[in-house]
Amino acid sequence: MVFSPDRRSLLGGLAAAAGGWIGTAGAAEGRLQVPVWTRQQGSPVASPAYGVPSRFEDGIKRRPRTPPPIPTAASSGTPLQHLHGIITPAGLHYERHHAGVPDIDPDQHRLVVHGLVERPLAFTMDDLLRFPSVSRIHFMECSGNTSTWGGGNPKWTVQDTHGLISCSEWTGVPLATVLQEVGVKPEGRWILAEGADAAAMTRSVPIEIALDDAILAYAQNGERLRPEQGYPLRLFLPGLEGNLSVKWLRRLKVGDKPFQSREETSKYTDLMPDGTARQFTFTMEAKSVITQPSSGHQLRERGLYEIRGLAWSGRGSISKVEVSTDGGQTWREAELQQPVLSKCLTRFRLPWQWDGGPALLQSRATDSTGYLQPTKEQLIRARGLNSNYHFNAVYGWQLNAEGAVTHVV
Amino acid sequence: MSFRSIAAAAALIVVCSVAGVAAERTNLGRAVTADEIAAWNIDVSGDGAGLPAGRGSVAEGRALFAEACAACHGDKGQGGAADALVGGRGTLATAKPVKTIGSFWPYAPTVFDYVNRAMPFNAPQSLTPDQVYAVTAYLLFLNGIVSEDTTLDAASLAKVEMPNRNGFTRDPRPDVPPK
Ligand code: HEC
Repeated sequence: MVFSPDRRSLLGGLAAAAGGWIGTAGAAEGRLQVPVWTRQQGSPVASPAYGVPSRFEDGIKRRPRTPPPIPTAASSGTPLQHLHGIITPAGLHYERHHAGVPDIDPDQHRLVVHGLVERPLAFTMDDLLRFPSVSRIHFMECSGNTSTWGGGNPKWTVQDTHGLISCSEWTGVPLATVLQEVGVKPEGRWILAEGADAAAMTRSVPIEIALDDAILAYAQNGERLRPEQGYPLRLFLPGLEGNLSVKWLRRLKVGDKPFQSREETSKYTDLMPDGTARQFTFTMEAKSVITQPSSGHQLRERGLYEIRGLAWSGRGSISKVEVSTDGGQTWREAELQQPVLSKCLTRFRLPWQWDGGPALLQSRATDSTGYLQPTKEQLIRARGLNSNYHFNAVYGWQLNAEGAVTHVV
Repeated sequence: MSFRSIAAAAALIVVCSVAGVAAERTNLGRAVTADEIAAWNIDVSGDGAGLPAGRGSVAEGRALFAEACAACHGDKGQGGAADALVGGRGTLATAKPVKTIGSFWPYAPTVFDYVNRAMPFNAPQSLTPDQVYAVTAYLLFLNGIVSEDTTLDAASLAKVEMPNRNGFTRDPRPDVPPK
């Protein structure tokens, strides 16, 4: 049976998903009734054979911040305000495509590894699945995430401002294993990674990174990659800007210097106030954001709320997250949910009594290198307003006395 | 750990991994020749390595651009639904920087590489090398980098000097708080 939810059930579902952040009618409910679902059989097994969320969760979707003029060269964000824990459901993982999502037949797909190597080889997906494998849980963040250097819109939700981050368990072959198979020549210093999509996306990766923790990933959260995440094969470079983790990976070419592709010159470079641009700014620095309550949520009444959020660092693990409810005058240390993993989302929590007054809710993360998430003023002082990528400053949500939460412009 | 013991440990790792190479090879994968992978081996580096045989002129490029590119990038490359490809010189250090091939791109061969692999957006990898040389020449002409009578091939494109060639620096982060 297929239902298309009406508006009421949609709103009800969102309220449930938001953990009661969105107000619902608080009328007295009276005596409990035995509802219809307790008095009849439910759906049979395997209907559907591949399970989907409850129809009451139907409003929880990826979406672009603004309707893109060219929908295949665009991005859509993860609805962080509705999610729990650290794993992003594969179907809600953020997207950034430059030429749409290709429909690749895995039997026809090949990975060619060549250039400055002893043995140029082509691998089938079957070959790659036979190599010794690894599984690791890591975040992936687009370097354009939170591109709000110049302000924003009070209606923007955390999905709009921070949705280009997601976190999954990635499974595949260590890239180092495959490089050993082809035998990188001593003069091999950089590797060009190329996609099989209609952008034939290319990025250059330093050999040190390739030999460190890079994965040729074919699975995500226990199943083969979703098409939007690079099916059947993607590069995965933990802690680094998402664009480097080339999707639909078809080719790796070892060279002696960076290849200077469009995506590492015209784009994904950070323009400074003096007109020079920083190139190869790979690392995603420590960052955190409160996801509940956040912009768009409505607190029903004063009393206990748990402030919840996410923190991460491309340089290691999160060692501390502090939360302020008074716009940064005082900070309290939040509890970190175990496991706290390297280059992975960390969930933080802090119980809080809302006294009914206005509050500015902020979080700031410290990582295992001792780096403290900067303020927006510090970031702008160092980089100006035109660097576009890599915004990782402390973020705030404004709660007013009516319980409405909005984006701080 | 002292420097000596770090060096010794590093040497040991090198020895082990080199020794491990032969032992750990799986023999998965199939050997490929340059000819077999030619259709995918299309990358052109900033220094022009990888540029194919062929040639194209500004005049040929003008005709092709009007037909295949102008609808999205504007009739003079000034931008439309898609990026501006022309202009912006002198704006990079201002409040409204305009990043284009002329104002921002450090290497001319990258224009060939990108157009060849990804453009036109509605028919990627449909142009011949001669056509890509021609439209590259036209874009460089529109940006005032080559003259109107220019014809480009592998050798001459690799020699084109871009205005922002020295505009890029390496990553100095962490840069906040300022050191
Ligand atoms: C249907 C629209 C369309 C057509 C036609 C088109 N382009 Fe594009 N072009 C785009 C889009 C969209 C992008 C940006 C893609 C992305 O987001 O990665 C782009 C990007 C570019 C860029 C990179 C711009 C930059 O600053 O990084 C160049 C160069 C370019 N196109 C050249 C061409 C040429 C030459 C042609 C004709 C042969 C052409 N385009 C035809 C849509 C188009």
